[in-house]
Amino acid sequence: MSDSKNTRRGFLAASATMAAGLGFVAIAPGIRLIEAASAQGKLASSKVRYGLLIDSNKCKSDCDACVGACATENGIVEKVANPRQRAQWIRKINLVETSTGKTHSLPMMCQHCAKPPCVDVCPTGASFKRADGIVLVDRHICIGCRYCMMACPYKARSFGHQALTTQNPEVPRGQGCVEACTFCVQRVDRGLKPACVEACTNGAMIFGDLNDPNSDIYKRIREVSSRQVRADLKLDTGVRYQGI
Amino acid sequence: MFTPNFRYKEGPAFYLLVAAGGLVAALGVAAAYYMEHMGHIVTNMTNQIPWALPHVFAIFLIISASGVMMVASIGTLFGKNVYKPRARLACLLAIALLAAGLSVIMLDLGRADRLPVALTHLNPTSEFGLNIIFYPTFLTLTSLYLWTLMEPRMNRYSKTVDLANLIWRLMLTTGTGSIFGFIVARQAYGTAVLAPMFIISSFAWGLAIFLIMQRVLYGWSNMTLDLAVLKRMKNLLGIYIGAVFYFVSVYHLTSEYYAKQGDFEHFILIGGGIFPMLYWGGFVLLGTLLPLLLIFHPRIWPKPGAVTTAAVLVIGGALCHLYVLIVGGQAFPMEMFPGMTATSSFYDGAIEHYVPSLPEILLSIGGFGIVFTIAIIGARVLNVLPQDDIAQLKASGSLTD
Amino acid sequence: MFKRVLAVMLFSIAALAQPAVADAGRVPKPTPTIETPGQCVAPVEEMRRNHMEMLKHQRNRTMRMGERDTKVSLNGCIQCHASKTNGSVLGSRDNFCEACHSYAAVKLDCWDCHQPKANYKATASAPPTMGLKP
Repeated sequence: MSDSKNTRRGFLAASATMAAGLGFVAIAPGIRLIEAASAQGKLASSKVRYGLLIDSNKCKSDCDACVGACATENGIVEKVANPRQRAQWIRKINLVETSTGKTHSLPMMCQHCAKPPCVDVCPTGASFKRADGIVLVDRHICIGCRYCMMACPYKARSFGHQALTTQNPEVPRGQGCVEACTFCVQRVDRGLKPACVEACTNGAMIFGDLNDPNSDIYKRIREVSSRQVRADLKLDTGVRYQGI
Repeated sequence: MFTPNFRYKEGPAFYLLVAAGGLVAALGVAAAYYMEHMGHIVTNMTNQIPWALPHVFAIFLIISASGVMMVASIGTLFGKNVYKPRARLACLLAIALLAAGLSVIMLDLGRADRLPVALTHLNPTSEFGLNIIFYPTFLTLTSLYLWTLMEPRMNRYSKTVDLANLIWRLMLTTGTGSIFGFIVARQAYGTAVLAPMFIISSFAWGLAIFLIMQRVLYGWSNMTLDLAVLKRMKNLLGIYIGAVFYFVSVYHLTSEYYAKQGDFEHFILIGGGIFPMLYWGGFVLLGTLLPLLLIFHPRIWPKPGAVTTAAVLVIGGALCHLYVLIVGGQAFPMEMFPGMTATSSFYDGAIEHYVPSLPEILLSIGGFGIVFTIAIIGARVLNVLPQDDIAQLKASGSLTD
Repeated sequence: MFKRVLAVMLFSIAALAQPAVADAGRVPKPTPTIETPGQCVAPVEEMRRNHMEMLKHQRNRTMRMGERDTKVSLNGCIQCHASKTNGSVLGSRDNFCEACHSYAAVKLDCWDCHQPKANYKATASAPPTMGLKP
């Protein structure tokens, strides 16, 4: 009699523990690795790291071709009443060195850091870094808290302040979610270059795989002196600048 | 006179108070609905200043929720008899403040309909994400503690539960302060002193709110607070105010010492228009010096309303300080290229001017409406009114001068 | 006691019998227009039951792993299913997605971000001052 009681208890205890364990696994789906596992073939792979080299010497202060191309490619063409609420994924920054008066011009966009602060602070994991280094916003789970906008050292992110109807089918974006430069991931995934790089007529932008010894960018950053903006933050950005 | 199981008399006062609080809360919710429906285009929050007035109020309410529980802990854990009867009201206020603060911050989300997503997807490196665990657990522990206080058979567990609550609160408030402390991008943030500053601020703000609510309840029940008890509490508030001023001063002095922070500190403390005004006029003068005068001047503090006024000023000063920290920290342009002046179409290098819009103001004040309504209803149905047995306190030596 | 049980049973049968008794006055069943019938990625019954899972699974693969131009894709659905009248899957009770979703009262927030029109290209361009000056 007592034997059967103990085995029954033991069975119930074991199944309760197993159920609790399975329950935990089922309930905690969101606690997951931020980077997707690398895969073969066309899928985003950690063997690749996309980067951009920008030569600010070649960048002209009155040229904004990259900005217009980005807007066209990514469908950022809506009219917004308050220009401060208008999304801008790439912008031209004109710099004047205070002590010498020397001017520079360069495009600034999401730097696609290897240690992105926006990914660290996102409460839902919507801001994430893909295996190939591109930092994206998963607008399916973005709750629009704007913590990533506070945390980005490059002010790269914009917020959807109003309902949109003119989105590019390849680039979903909308009200209430945060967005930023994606390196034109819809083009990159198909073997093309980002729209800004294609549009630059001064040859100031080189895009490629920082890990591929045969790529232009790999060779250039070993030939010329380039640096990351706010390099002291040690974010290991994918975008590097020459000439500043 | 000590009335066990005190219950408020039926009358119009209760319904008027609830209606007033409810109206303010309803306006806030209506404003949130408008913002949610039309998008944040109807607010003045921009890509340059993504967090503004609603966040100032929400953070104030949430931090106060944690701090007001200190009133309870001083009684339960530290054994101070004067504070023991005040623990229940503190719990009620903590619950009300947390509910209000969370409401304001969640109603401001770009996609508030995705709250279940926030509850089921957790990024453990995100302080915001960890708060999804911190806040509900705090609510549970506070409710549990209130139960141990109100159920006589559970009284013996109240110390243990309060200890757990205290530890959890310290973690929670440190975390909320670290929301800013962990941001390396902006000159106003990214400093470890923000965490303890928020902790000590929570004590001050929580006690201030407690004193105000206690005054409201005493007025409603036609009771008066014994001056000896008031003296203990107002002294504590004074100490907290001084401690907050210490931490804020250390924050600014350290920041000012660094050459790279000089421009930012000049903006916040001298040249930035609204921000120096709010800091010096709002936080220092009205929020620190004037309350200290009202609290410690021997001829002023016993006067009716003096300490309550001091508490209200402390809250006003707190909101000014938070506004300067949160909005001022974003209004000053981010320095990406030191030694260079920047201009761009995305307002790089430009100081951002922010004025709260009506929906934001309504949502923010609606938070106070929510606190008030929950507190009044709670005080009506629960036995939380702090009542002092003065003779017994004097006899036990708790009220020596 | 028996009377109560009988009453409850009769009431339940009456309540359940309602749909069979009168269909008039209820919301009409959805009739989405299928522009290219018979060419969907899976049989109709499977699509009806599982399209949400298919889309959810695929969106993660596209977004997080870069898998594009696959058999299952939201843009693919829109290409086929967009109404020939207004070029979109939304707009009226005849449009493909809206027909069933408004009947079932299942709110779609896909279209807050995704473009519901097939072959859509924005004709506007960026405002001229966007590039350089604020």
